[in-house]
Amino acid sequence: MIQPHGGKLVDRVLDGECRQDVLETSRSLPKLRINDESVSDVENIATGVFSPLEGFMGKAELRNVLNEMRLPDDLPWTIPIVLDADPEEASRFKEGKDILLENESGRPVAVLHLVEKYRYDKDELAEKVFLTMDRAHPGVAKVAGMKDVLLAGPLDLLEISPTPFDRYKLSPKETRILFREKGWKTIVAFQTRNTPHIGHEYVQKTALTFTDGVFVNPVIGKKKKGDFKDEVILASYDELIKHYYLKERAVMAILQMEMRYAGPREAIHHAVVRKNFGCTHIIIGRDHAGVGTYYHPYAAQDIFEEFPDLGIAPLFFRAFYFCKKCQSVVNEKICPHQTCDQIQFSGTKIRDLLVKGQVPPPELMRPEVAKVIMQFKNPFNE
Amino acid sequence: MEKETMTVTIPASLYKKIEEIIKGTPGASVSSYLVKLVRERLAQEEKKGEAFSQEDEEKVKERLKALGYID
Repeated sequence: MIQPHGGKLVDRVLDGECRQDVLETSRSLPKLRINDESVSDVENIATGVFSPLEGFMGKAELRNVLNEMRLPDDLPWTIPIVLDADPEEASRFKEGKDILLENESGRPVAVLHLVEKYRYDKDELAEKVFLTMDRAHPGVAKVAGMKDVLLAGPLDLLEISPTPFDRYKLSPKETRILFREKGWKTIVAFQTRNTPHIGHEYVQKTALTFTDGVFVNPVIGKKKKGDFKDEVILASYDELIKHYYLKERAVMAILQMEMRYAGPREAIHHAVVRKNFGCTHIIIGRDHAGVGTYYHPYAAQDIFEEFPDLGIAPLFFRAFYFCKKCQSVVNEKICPHQTCDQIQFSGTKIRDLLVKGQVPPPELMRPEVAKVIMQFKNPFNE
Repeated sequence: MEKETMTVTIPASLYKKIEEIIKGTPGASVSSYLVKLVRERLAQEEKKGEAFSQEDEEKVKERLKALGYID
């Protein structure tokens, strides 16, 4: 089995008596209420999804990640994992002391052992991570709205917050044992925030022809307006896998994590996370984790050149389309025909058809998948 | 903030060979070439295998069965 990033799977989930003791003593601690995205970060740190991180990043780690795309020990890491706080509320917290982190409904989530609190340059963070300062970019807009102080230090998780999708929620420890039980040695990860069309299926099955299993791993969490709702993505993939995949070759589990839309940097982050789940390969397609026209369509593939030590192998795919002459799904590397013979897997086109209540043609989307999507009154985020 | 670096020594002949290889590659240097090679090699050195406790294994397998991931 592939090693977790940094060699050790982080496990900072408290249980049993230890959890009870910490929960009781934590009642007297100063409290900080955090949003759902930060709760996801906390859980991802504690369950090893973000191994080797044991907590939120300090100033030196953040600087290294921004400037070098690596942690101070040279391990590849491209996305800042930080916790922001209002200066006034941060003034209540002392370095070297613990803080109780609560979710938006006031439930205890974790204890943060505060090592450092510091100010940071939002413009620098946005420009280095997203390669733009344009406030129309969802990531840049989010950073602009962050609070001015960052809190750093290791944390211990008290409780995993329940979600409507717990049936699909697996930790890296669980996926690693699952892959081993299935006898898979090579596992290809497929990151998605979409319902599947034929192009997605084709990419996954192409990768599956030379690996033991495919790990379909939809990102669940805050997304932008117009994206498919989480429940729609899961229901449509369930249907696709049921009708068109071998049960012993495909597994789906969610990744509860905010999409940052950081294009190339986020592609590396997605790879690291899937390595921690035990995947040996990851599919990187056109404009992976991109938004609008901020990134070159294949920038998310090119960036892997800089990380020969990532430990998980990227599988690069050009965009697929249906060719009327070939009568099959192809891409520009294998199809000699003209543009007029191509039917593109356009998300916008498929979406428009679905909104109008029309079933997309079978060369674009499986009818079973379309039917499931159309059962939802409004399948899109508002 | 400057990145901390250290100096290592290699034979001049090797240095010249690397210079030849990277000639014409924009932004490339002997140092960056060697850093990339060393990183590649270190990644291969990562040890394989992991161990979860027996109790963890049983608990996880029970959950995976309950969720229908394994029979």
